[in-house]
Amino acid sequence: MNLIDRMANLDRRWIFLMMGLAVGIPIIVIGITGKTLPEEPTPLAQAAFDVLDDLDPGSRILMAWDFDPASEGELGPMATSFIRQCAQKGHRMYFIALWPVGAQMIRSSTSRVIGGYYPDLVYGKDWVDLGFKAGNEAVIKTIVTDFDQYFPTDARGTSVDAIPMMEGISSLADFDALVNASAGYPGSKEWVLYAATPLKKPLVIGCTGVQAPQMYPYVPNQVQGLLGAIKGAAEYESIVNKWVRSEQLLDALESGGITEPASSELAARFAANPTEASTWTTEAAAAAMSPEAKTKLIEIASAPIPGIFLEAQRRMGPQLVAHLLMIGLIIAGNIVFFATRRRGGSQ
Amino acid sequence: MKRIVPLWITAIVGLVLIVSNFLPGTRSWGEEATTWFGIIAAVAFVLGGGSLLKVHLKKISDRNTGWGYSMIVLGTFTATLAVGLFKIGVSPNPSFPDVPWSGDVQGQGTPFWWVYEYVFKPLTATMFAMLAFYIASAAFRAFRAKNFEAMLLLGTAFIILLGRTFAGYFMTSWIPIDGPFSGLRLEELSVYIMQVFNTAGNRAIIIGIALGIAGTSLKILMGLDRSYLGGGD
Repeated sequence: MNLIDRMANLDRRWIFLMMGLAVGIPIIVIGITGKTLPEEPTPLAQAAFDVLDDLDPGSRILMAWDFDPASEGELGPMATSFIRQCAQKGHRMYFIALWPVGAQMIRSSTSRVIGGYYPDLVYGKDWVDLGFKAGNEAVIKTIVTDFDQYFPTDARGTSVDAIPMMEGISSLADFDALVNASAGYPGSKEWVLYAATPLKKPLVIGCTGVQAPQMYPYVPNQVQGLLGAIKGAAEYESIVNKWVRSEQLLDALESGGITEPASSELAARFAANPTEASTWTTEAAAAAMSPEAKTKLIEIASAPIPGIFLEAQRRMGPQLVAHLLMIGLIIAGNIVFFATRRRGGSQ
Repeated sequence: MKRIVPLWITAIVGLVLIVSNFLPGTRSWGEEATTWFGIIAAVAFVLGGGSLLKVHLKKISDRNTGWGYSMIVLGTFTATLAVGLFKIGVSPNPSFPDVPWSGDVQGQGTPFWWVYEYVFKPLTATMFAMLAFYIASAAFRAFRAKNFEAMLLLGTAFIILLGRTFAGYFMTSWIPIDGPFSGLRLEELSVYIMQVFNTAGNRAIIIGIALGIAGTSLKILMGLDRSYLGGGD
């Protein structure tokens, strides 16, 4: 039996093993080294960031988490970064879910991001969990004109009248932007058709790789920002991480006496290249800063990014190897196919 | 009567929704109809539970193939339902310590939370993760460049697979990003395919589907298509 015959009769368990190793080894390597692959944001990821960044702090953002644990691998990191950007910017976040387990997704992402990194945010004033509502697109169609109809209380059973940030919310028109993390129906398409299009509201979508091709036709008029699969999540995550670091550096520079426009320029430079911060503090330009302010600046620039905000970028490693394996398998399968066909023809 | 009443309900509600979309004065009618839909959707959960019980109880009583799995389905279904419905193991809300059922059933540490966190979540994630293994097997056995169309499909798949990872950037990073050939960088090429070819094809499909939905809806509203009532009519 030659190589072609062996490959033609290859037990699929070998392929399963290869896929297991293709995913498992990068996970272990990235877990040990902590290194991630560099990400070059595409215009769509940048647009998703810009939609939320262009709004004034305190804007009302409806966050619809329409996914379940099956797709959390792709959408969880997007949800994390959406919350982080809104929390850092000072937007008010209103969480809802059209999927039954979306309620758990809200709890999980808010407790990890807000509970872990933004403990100063006050429930009911800065963010509110309105929970799951059954009815699919009918929920969207109704809250377009009457929000209280479906959401008379929050997920904890508190009347919306007793929640300060619900004051002035009577319909979806009262929100400044919509953010949706979606794994299927009901999800992104329904938010485009029944909410964003008739209300002409900015809509940012994070969806699974399977859904992404169906959402591209709505870009850019009905969907302003689109994150497709873990790649989109990784690009957006890298933008948000860089921006948060830059904001923190800007605060440190300004509190140390460095004013605009120099502070903004320096913050952007140090966010892109953290080692530059320690060099710059020895230069004459940093003479105005106190030693404490310099130490704080270097600390912020060199502080490692928490793992929760690197999840998407870390998952790009396994994705890279798995994709290369898939290409290799397709090529190998075709070589076997054509070799077998030629042999059959010659015989 | 069993068929006439649902037909009339469908026709009236459908017309109300259409009219309310075009005449601002009748918008509240449409909102009322969608509220009914919300109530029906909530009741459908109960019906779904009943249907699940019926199907699996029958399978167990008939001792059909795999009836043991039906036992597991019914056991886990009733256990989860009981834990959630009766708020088993849930401490009362601190604001209402005298009301035993005032606690949050989904709060961290409750049995319902435990079932979700340690049973439902890993099981569903595992099911989805297994796709990777089957896709790899299919890649080896099924994706054949048998003709020109299949070659186009495979070529596009390679560009997208590489363009969506660091490999795409690595392989074509030598092409200047601001040069005239920057569009040939794999990451740019994958975005171009998604935004141009995919969008064009998908828009055509969406428009076709929308026209089909409009046509089918009209047939349903006029009672010409009764297949949704069941019974093979």
